[in-house]
Amino acid sequence: MVDPADGAGCTVGNGACGHRRTLGHRIADDRAMVAQLQFRDVTLGYERHPAVHHLTGEIASGAMLAVVGPNGAGKSTLFRGIVGILKPLAGSIVFGGLDVRDIAYLPQSAEIDRSFPISVFDFTSSGLWRATGAFGRLGSRECRRIVEALAAVGLNGFENRPIGTLSGGQMQRMLFARVLLQDAGVIILDEPFNAIDAKTAADLLALVRRWHEEKRTVLAALHDMDLVRANFPETLLLARGAVAWGPTAQALTADNLSRARQMCEAFDDGAAACAAQVSPRAA
Amino acid sequence: MVYDALVAPFADFEFMRRALAAAIALALGAAPIGVFLMLRGMSLVGDAMAHAILPGAAIGFLLSGLNLFAMTVGGLIAGFAVAILSGVVSRLTELKEDSSLATFYLASLALGVTIVSVKGTNIDLLHVLFGNILAMDNQTLMVIAINATVTLVVLAVIYRPLVIECVDPVFLRTVSRAGAPAHLAFLGLVVVNLVNGFHAMGTLMAVGLMILPAGIARFWSRDITGMIMIAVVSALLSGYTGLILSFHSKVPAGPAVILVASAIYALSVLFGRVRGILRPLFPAPHLEA
Repeated sequence: MVDPADGAGCTVGNGACGHRRTLGHRIADDRAMVAQLQFRDVTLGYERHPAVHHLTGEIASGAMLAVVGPNGAGKSTLFRGIVGILKPLAGSIVFGGLDVRDIAYLPQSAEIDRSFPISVFDFTSSGLWRATGAFGRLGSRECRRIVEALAAVGLNGFENRPIGTLSGGQMQRMLFARVLLQDAGVIILDEPFNAIDAKTAADLLALVRRWHEEKRTVLAALHDMDLVRANFPETLLLARGAVAWGPTAQALTADNLSRARQMCEAFDDGAAACAAQVSPRAA
Repeated sequence: MVYDALVAPFADFEFMRRALAAAIALALGAAPIGVFLMLRGMSLVGDAMAHAILPGAAIGFLLSGLNLFAMTVGGLIAGFAVAILSGVVSRLTELKEDSSLATFYLASLALGVTIVSVKGTNIDLLHVLFGNILAMDNQTLMVIAINATVTLVVLAVIYRPLVIECVDPVFLRTVSRAGAPAHLAFLGLVVVNLVNGFHAMGTLMAVGLMILPAGIARFWSRDITGMIMIAVVSALLSGYTGLILSFHSKVPAGPAVILVASAIYALSVLFGRVRGILRPLFPAPHLEA
C-alpha cells in the first residue's frame, strides 16, 4: 500500500522554508485503500510561528502510524490540528468521508483537571457522548459497556474512586477505557505510554493492536523507538517538517534520526514571512 | 420552649415567613452555582460579578427610584454585559477569565457607587449595599423564586457539558460544540443568582450563599453530586439559623445568615471528612488494601 521507491525516496531534505515538501505516502498498487486523512501543505503553529511546517501526505484508512520526533517537533501540534483544536496557519487537513467526531483523541493527561470531584465511572461515561449526547440517559446497557471498558483496561472495582486518587498509570488506563467507549474510526494517542510501567504499557499496547486489527486508523506519538519498530508498520519522523515518512524500518534510520535531532526548537522572533506562503507555487 | 425559639418566629410574623421563603429559594439556586464556581477556580470571579451588577441596579434606581423591576432589569443587563464581555475577551485573547473580569467589574463598581451616591440617600445606599431580607414584598419574592427555578432547570440542561468542560475541556471540544454555550449559560446563571443575592443580601454579600456553602461542601464530599447536595443543605441551614439568630438578637438578618455559614465553614475546615485540619489528630487505622 505504501510505495517506498527506495530509502531516500521517503525522506525529505531539511531545506529552507520555501522548499516544498511533497513526500509522504503514495498509494501504489492497492487502489481500494482509501485516504482517511490528507495533509495538504499544512502549516500549524502558534502566533504565526510554525510548529508543523508545510506537511503534505496522507494516511490510509486502517493505518497504524507512529509519529516520532524530538520534543517540540510538532507531534502534539499536528494532532491538535487534526482534531480541530488548532486551525492551520496555511494549507488544509482533509478528512475522507469522516466527521471530526469520529476521531477519538487522547491528549497528554496533563490537560485534565485531576482535582475535579468526579468518579472514574462518571468520567469514563463521557466516552459515550456520541451515543448519549448532552441529555441522553445512561441505561443499563450503557452502564454495562462502561463497566466492561474499565474491566478491559484492568480497572475493575475502580468505578467509584475519585479520579484524583488514581496513579499515573491508572489514569492512563482510564483514558484508554474512554477511548474504547468512543468506538471511533480514527484513534489519536499523544504519548500514551509516557511515565507508565512496563506492565501497563504492554496492556495498553495490546489494546492499540486490537484497534488496528479492527481496521481502525491509529496514530500515536511515541518516544520508544524499540516499541515503534516492533509494533508500528509505518512511521512519520517529524521535526517541524517531515524528515521521513514511510515503512518504519526505512523511516527510522540512524541518519534520519540524527537529522531530526538537529532541529532547532526555539522560534526565531526575527524570522521573515515564509516565502512558500507569500508566493505559493502551483502544485 | 423549643417551639418558641425555633418555630414561633415564623408562625407569628409574616415578614419572617417571607424572609425564610427568600432564603430557601436563594439557597436552592445559589449553592449549586457556587459549587461550580469554586471547582472552576472562579470564587472571586463571582464576587467580582456581584459588584458588576451594581451600576445596572443603580441606573434602574436613578431612573425610577426603589423600583424592583427597574433595578432587577438594570442589574441583569449590567451583569450579563460584564459576564459576556469578559467571557468573550478571555476566549479571544490570552487573558484569563479572572483578570479580564477584574477590569470590567472595577469599572462598573466605580460607576455604580458614583450613581447611587450622587442621586440617593444614605438609606438607599444601605439598601443597595446590604439588601433587606426582612422586607421582602410579593414582587421581590416572586423574582427570587422564579430566578431559582430557572437556575435549577437550566443547570439540569447544561449539567453534563458543564461537568465535562470543567474536568476535560479538550475532550469536550473534540466530541461536541456544547462547551461554549454551556459556559455562557453558566455565566448567565451566575448573574441571575447574583441578582437574587443582591435583593436579599445586598451587593456586598450577594455571593455569600454561593461561595460559603460550596467551600463547606468541599470538606465533606469527593463527588460533585454529593458536594451539590451538601452545599444546598448547608445554605438552607445557614438561612434558617441566621434568621432565628437575627430574630432573637440585634444582629441584622443578612450578616447573621452569612455568619452562620462562616461558622459552619470554620467547623468544616477543622473537622471536615475530606482533609479537615484536625482530622490527622484522630487517625483511623489504615486498611488492609
